[in-house]
Amino acid sequence: MLNKNSIWKVLSALIVVAVCALYALPNIYGEDHAVQILAGRDAVVTENTVEQVNAVLAEKNIPVKRVEFENEQILVRVSDSDTQLIARESLEQALGDEYFVAMNLAPDTPEWLEGLGGAPMKLGLDLRGGVHFLMEVDMTEVIAKSLEDAESGFRTSLREEGIRYRGVKQVDDHVDITFRDEDALDKAEFFLRNQSRDLTFNQIDDLTLRAVFAESKLQEIRDNAVKQNITIIRNRVNQLGVAEPLVQKQGADRIVVQLPGIQDTARAKEILNATATLEFRMVDQKNDIRDALNGRVPPGSQVIEDQQGIPQLLEKRIMLTGSHIIDANSGVDEYGLPNVNISLDSEGGNKMSRSTRGNIGKPMATVFIEYKSTGERNKEGKLVFEKHEQVISVATIRAQLGSKFQITGLDSPKEARDLALLLRAGALIAPIQIVEERTVGPSLGKENIELGMQAIMYGLAAVLVFMLIYYKAFGVVANIALVTNLVMIVGIMSMIPGATLTLPGMAGIVLTVGMAVDANVLIFERIREELRDGRSPQQAIHQGYDSAFSTILDANITTFIAGLILFAVGTGPIKGFSITLMIGIATSMFTAILVTRVIVNAVWGGRRVEKLAI
Amino acid sequence: MQLLKLSDTVNFMRLRIPAMVLSTVLILGSFVSLGVNSLNWGLDFTGGTLIEVGYEDAANLEAIRVQLNESNFEDAIVQNFGSSQDVLIRIAPRDGVKAVTIGEQVLAALRADGTSVDMRRIEFVGPNVGEELTEQGGLAMLVALLCILVYVAMRFEWRFALGSVSALMHDVILTLGLFSVLQIEFDLTVLAAVLAVIGYSLNDTIVVSDRIRENFRKIRKGEPVEIINISLTQTLNRTIITSLTTVLVLVALFYKGGALIHGFATALLFGVVVGTYSSVYIASSVALALGISKEDLMPPQVEKEGADLDPMP
Repeated sequence: MLNKNSIWKVLSALIVVAVCALYALPNIYGEDHAVQILAGRDAVVTENTVEQVNAVLAEKNIPVKRVEFENEQILVRVSDSDTQLIARESLEQALGDEYFVAMNLAPDTPEWLEGLGGAPMKLGLDLRGGVHFLMEVDMTEVIAKSLEDAESGFRTSLREEGIRYRGVKQVDDHVDITFRDEDALDKAEFFLRNQSRDLTFNQIDDLTLRAVFAESKLQEIRDNAVKQNITIIRNRVNQLGVAEPLVQKQGADRIVVQLPGIQDTARAKEILNATATLEFRMVDQKNDIRDALNGRVPPGSQVIEDQQGIPQLLEKRIMLTGSHIIDANSGVDEYGLPNVNISLDSEGGNKMSRSTRGNIGKPMATVFIEYKSTGERNKEGKLVFEKHEQVISVATIRAQLGSKFQITGLDSPKEARDLALLLRAGALIAPIQIVEERTVGPSLGKENIELGMQAIMYGLAAVLVFMLIYYKAFGVVANIALVTNLVMIVGIMSMIPGATLTLPGMAGIVLTVGMAVDANVLIFERIREELRDGRSPQQAIHQGYDSAFSTILDANITTFIAGLILFAVGTGPIKGFSITLMIGIATSMFTAILVTRVIVNAVWGGRRVEKLAI
Repeated sequence: MQLLKLSDTVNFMRLRIPAMVLSTVLILGSFVSLGVNSLNWGLDFTGGTLIEVGYEDAANLEAIRVQLNESNFEDAIVQNFGSSQDVLIRIAPRDGVKAVTIGEQVLAALRADGTSVDMRRIEFVGPNVGEELTEQGGLAMLVALLCILVYVAMRFEWRFALGSVSALMHDVILTLGLFSVLQIEFDLTVLAAVLAVIGYSLNDTIVVSDRIRENFRKIRKGEPVEIINISLTQTLNRTIITSLTTVLVLVALFYKGGALIHGFATALLFGVVVGTYSSVYIASSVALALGISKEDLMPPQVEKEGADLDPMP
């Protein structure tokens, strides 16, 4: 007999649908207002912290739904947004700077479902409000900086090797080394080539050797700059106390930062955009500052003013940069003056102790470097950054410094605090600029969801009614498939970790609802044709499904290809749209071909049928 | 119930010359409009700042313009968005001012006299990002068309592939033309919609091509024109029903989806109609013009009978 279901077909259809439905379930439970507590750099969240949190909440009489401790973070669930505010403030006060306290919405998924990994769909910023930044790392500056290092490296190594040179100068993307005679040039070229493989050397005239970075090295420098900036931005975002922030690389030199729920964009930008670093350099005592001010600056030195505007002659050679700083705290020294206590990583500590060992009794300057946008743009349309350098302290090295030391000479406790914050967050090794910013207010986010849901509901209702009238009993089958399809899309979207529901994504789901019936229409029209051609109902069903299959496959695969390309090339809303489109294509094929077949076979298959209600 | 009871084959192809003329005129018209009016590129492509604010009562646009004028935003475009309380302000990219803070400055200017203004969204896009996006969007469309061309050529035949890709390009150009004529803002979501039109139209075209191929193999006698007419007649019901259900939900999206999604719904509504037309007339006419014949579509000789049949679902 035709059209009988094999047990395996029924079982696999049931299992797939059930699993999707299970994972779609968390979406109907809604969300709790919550306060999230994360550990800062030095702190750890432990059972003790939980007790502390409980004590604070009990003391202030704050009604709490649940306190959860998981993945080194504490989640305090409360019933409404007012309680959430009070809880946040009290906890922030009680716990102090060591912890980040953030407001959050936590899915109210039942525990058994959470245990299975169930969680609601992630909503994009356009649906829940928040800020989206796209930042660009200024690569010319990064490369220039690396060349500066190479420049001072040439000086040292040529001197150590006893090769006499006339000058070493960094211009744009290369370093030019000039010599007195060709002999020295040849010797230097041979020596330098062997010494550094990262650079390529070319003789541009009789006495000049030009060094540029090899392509592989440039790539490495760029990658490292983006990677390091991402780490630093992540630290800075943590300072803002944002729940579930996203910091991600996009393309070659861009970084995406998304801060859900943040409204104070000015503050966010201030913290994200602060591009500052420290450098420690020796004060040049061999040369006279007056000569330098008269224009005779020694090649290895540089004049930088301090906060009072008094010029200082410093060696160009950098003893240490801010990238080795792992912690910085503000405080006061024994005279009650503000200072910043700095801890370095082991490499930084080694460098520091090596370079201070021979310099005890000599003055060392701390230079604060900040990149500020001038508001102007260069030929490529990129913002021009100006490097502001300022000596913030000159202190005599009293002993060999290690991985912990102090900076003094700051104007006020506030300045000390700001500097410590910047240093603690880490110094960006390259200037970044915001090239795109999108802020969506929370009310608009909510409105977008409501309108999207309405559109889905109305559209779905219209299609359901139409199919029912047009295909009668088979319309019911198609409608079951359509609703199953919707549940499956939601289930799969919830299961895929990277999938985020955005407004265009919702529009994509609406579109899927309209198009998903296509496969069923194809099958049903075929069945009608077969019936018209005089086949028996059983044969018509069999033949209808059979001949529609390859058409459905071809039509959907081509659309899927289009979706795949959108996903690969597109960003933001286009990606969001393509994800729902692709999932929709896959699920609608599954439901229209397999699920309806199982139902049709169960109802009409395997028995004598005189007439089909189609 | 049956939408159309067709006892005879409809002679669709009789109208193929007028249809070709109509499409050519429309395509040329779209190009002219695109050339003259260009597209009303949205912020995503041009760069600049866009601020959407909500007032408690109906907003006085004139007063807002004055306020902005005083704060040196003379170039600001102020218009209602969705409702009389919601206002959209657009400011072109400018030099010398820190672009990322414009949003806050505008908000401050509007709030200066104590009016309560609700920030709904602020978007800032740098000019470079927009340029890249235009390139990327165009590239995405080209790559998509190419891949489809290759797939259809492999699965069907090169004449069909060219036919369906011509139909797709036809739909995309007309949709862009419509946006150019009506000067509806063309933003990222509209781009997504145009790409969805490609998907939809393709779906339709493949279904029709599939049936043509099947009939070429099944019906031993008959001219290509006749076979195409038979195929179009057989698939007509399906074509109309699917377009109808899709239009139904798009109408829901247009009226209920909110102002942000209007452009998206408009593009798709138009695209579905044009896509349905093009799969009937453009795809098959092009294949026909390229000289599709029965021999081209006969299954390749296989040694074992039934080896080329598709498996059961």
